[in-house]
Amino acid sequence: MMDFTEEQLERYSRHILLEEVGVEGQEKLLSAKVLIVGAGGLGAPVSLYLAAAGVGTIGIVDNDVVDLSNLQRQVVHFHKDINVAKVESAKEKMLAINPDLVVKTYKKYLCADNIREIIKDYDFVVEGTDNFPAKFLINDACVMEGIPFSHGGILRFDGQAMTVVPGESSCYRCTFRNPPPPDAVPTCSQAGVLGAIAGMLGTIQATEALKYIIGVGDLLTDTLLSFDAKKMHFRKVKLQRQDDCPICGKNPTITELVDAEQAVCSI
Amino acid sequence: MNVSINGEAEEITAEQLSVGDLLKLKDVESPDMVSVQLNGAIVDRDSYDKTAINDKDEVEFLYFMGGGAGKC
Repeated sequence: MMDFTEEQLERYSRHILLEEVGVEGQEKLLSAKVLIVGAGGLGAPVSLYLAAAGVGTIGIVDNDVVDLSNLQRQVVHFHKDINVAKVESAKEKMLAINPDLVVKTYKKYLCADNIREIIKDYDFVVEGTDNFPAKFLINDACVMEGIPFSHGGILRFDGQAMTVVPGESSCYRCTFRNPPPPDAVPTCSQAGVLGAIAGMLGTIQATEALKYIIGVGDLLTDTLLSFDAKKMHFRKVKLQRQDDCPICGKNPTITELVDAEQAVCSI
Repeated sequence: MNVSINGEAEEITAEQLSVGDLLKLKDVESPDMVSVQLNGAIVDRDSYDKTAINDKDEVEFLYFMGGGAGKC
């Protein structure tokens, strides 16, 4: 058993008080390694809450620098961080909240050539990217490596999340199969998004990561949670593993990773 | 026929109805951005017009949603 310092006991006291977490759960969090892909609207609240919760090792991937238009929702970045690499800005805030952590930064795009090598050291992946080739690549790599992950998407006033535990629950491809044609896709940068929606969805993703690590409750596995914040209407749709899924079905046709047509590496 | 669409019961006056018909009937703006689940099974995108919807079927339009950080 880990020896908690006085400071740790105080810092994590509201976790330790929870019957479902306690000292054991907090130890699991301190030993856990979570990778956040995307230091944007979703990655911002995820990184802040995972750091505050004491997730011992947090990796964060993003190749962008902070832009003025990000600050409406990406609450981990401050005005002073404009033009700073997002991963460095996020690291600074995470360590400012909790100096106990190890934060690993990856200022790069994830692509077929590097993703498995990066994710394999982590217990859980939080996917907060805005493009479908990356979402499918993360799904496929996590299925191949057997690493659970949380999918998140937001647009306008809506959000959706699902958690995938490879080998046990349906994957993103079971339901969504292939990236939609690039010209059909509205992104936040084209369609807009209410800033607080990123907080709503990001905290759901952070909660899923914490639940998985502690081993408490029911994950959003085989479930697509979606909400319409205009009406504050939440809905869960039951999903199931599909035998004909090209990556986790009975006869997988995807046996190696390839970058999709919107080459994520070359942007 | 009575069909459940995204959890809401709806009565549709039609003798025959395909998934493709229903997408048009419900004014789904960009069918490319929707995955259709019929009674728990995902319908192959190429089979929308030849997949029949029957009385008491449960249909879910599951929208692709991006969001988060750009270009990761």
